[in-house]
Amino acid sequence: MIPRLPPIVEFTALQKRYGDGPVVLADFNLAVAPGEFVSLIGPSGCGKSTVLKLVSGLSPWTQGELTVAGTKPRLARDRQAFIFQDATLLPWLTAQLNVELPLQLRGMAPAECTAKARQMLALVGLEAVRDYYPRQLSGGMKMRVSIARALTLAPQLLLLDEPFGALDEMTRNRLNEELLALRARSMFTALFVTHSVAEAVFLSNRILVMAAHPGRLHAEVKVDFPYPRQPELRGSAEFQAKVNEVSRLLHQVEEGSTV
Amino acid sequence: MKKMPRLLVWLLPLASGLLFVAIWYGVRLVTGLQSWILPTPLEIIAAAWRERQALLAAVGHTAVGAAGGFLLAAVVGFGTALLLGLSRALRSSLYPWLLVLQMTPVIVLTPIISLWAGPGLPGIITITWLISYFPIVANLTQGLLSTDRNHVALFRMYNASRFQELRRLRVPAAMPYYLAGLRIAATLAPIGAIFGEYMVGNSSGGTGGLGYLVYSYNTQIKIPALFATALTSCLLGFSFVAVVAWLNWAVLHKWHDSFERNDH
Repeated sequence: MIPRLPPIVEFTALQKRYGDGPVVLADFNLAVAPGEFVSLIGPSGCGKSTVLKLVSGLSPWTQGELTVAGTKPRLARDRQAFIFQDATLLPWLTAQLNVELPLQLRGMAPAECTAKARQMLALVGLEAVRDYYPRQLSGGMKMRVSIARALTLAPQLLLLDEPFGALDEMTRNRLNEELLALRARSMFTALFVTHSVAEAVFLSNRILVMAAHPGRLHAEVKVDFPYPRQPELRGSAEFQAKVNEVSRLLHQVEEGSTV
Repeated sequence: MKKMPRLLVWLLPLASGLLFVAIWYGVRLVTGLQSWILPTPLEIIAAAWRERQALLAAVGHTAVGAAGGFLLAAVVGFGTALLLGLSRALRSSLYPWLLVLQMTPVIVLTPIISLWAGPGLPGIITITWLISYFPIVANLTQGLLSTDRNHVALFRMYNASRFQELRRLRVPAAMPYYLAGLRIAATLAPIGAIFGEYMVGNSSGGTGGLGYLVYSYNTQIKIPALFATALTSCLLGFSFVAVVAWLNWAVLHKWHDSFERNDH
């Protein structure tokens, strides 16, 4: 058993509202233990992406508390990395230089940057296209570069905002497997926003189903399949049962929001 | 849109050009105008050959003035746009005055420029700079303000300093805009230089650039030579645009979508 460590992310009765506008998140409570893989799923407007923005310190909140690694989100930035839905690579830099960027911004010596970035690209299987520019890469390759970039600084916490949403299912599945393999290597905690139930079940040990208007927590589903998880897991009856359970919860939420 | 056959891309402008020349000769024949009012293309080419030495010396002068003003505009424009892109307060306080400067016809300012910068090259460079400065500033400022929001968020996440954000993100991302501004400026710079030579040119020794030749041929009623000067100016303009087009290619072809090839 993992000893009970203090949570790396902790929301306490948090509320987020834009001025006098609608409440984006209401009474949000969540504690993520180190090493967890937590997925957030729900209809649009449920505030799942907002949760990530809050954790990264890119967005302020109105009430309640939020700590990341025991401190203010903004102060914990060097422990986290963000992966966006589109790969957000800088188009004027090669894959190699894109991965070097966070290291260079941190002021690391050039030779060290080069070596480290090479190693990361090898880890995601892209040594061969190191000197390619983003527009020469496929969607899946761009996302791999983005993952390599996020992991260069060995973050404790990885925030992923629908990173594989724009990819075809085969590429998405393969990247899911690669992501888990990378996590087995470097044990980061993950907060993962997705629209895909199967993806959430395959990756997470915990899934949060959220409801919209106002954005809030609706239900929590534990996923107990042991890691490392193999692709064959997707074909099993237990997996399908989990997917059905989460889908049912998602339907409840979506029906609720149309009333 | 359907792609035009390659041959047509070349043939169509050639055909329209020939048609234009034919009409030109037609007008001469029908109206019986004198050569000194409407020279034929051949007479213009003959005049260009006759005046080749004057024209060559003049185009060299003009190129220096135009290049000087253009480079000054490129550098000062870059700096101005950085200031404007950096802070909303600076943008609000400076942009209206830049517009005022742009709206003031340069012709009104030429006597003042001549007074302040002096006649000859300094005045010509100043006028060229004034004419080609604004499109550079306007384009680059727009570019610096159009940085992808996710890229900015990424830099914030990495705790990048404002300087790092500017140097590694905003400026490179704005390069296509800067080059678009330079391209407009490149078409304006030779015009500015010729205009400057015409207004404040230094005619000592009779080699005052194309603008001075315009003045000189006009007073001598050498109309075919005037047309030849126009032709030379046009060639100078094209070479300026060609240089910037090359620069644009050199900076952008590897990564920018405007140079997308189908080999991947």
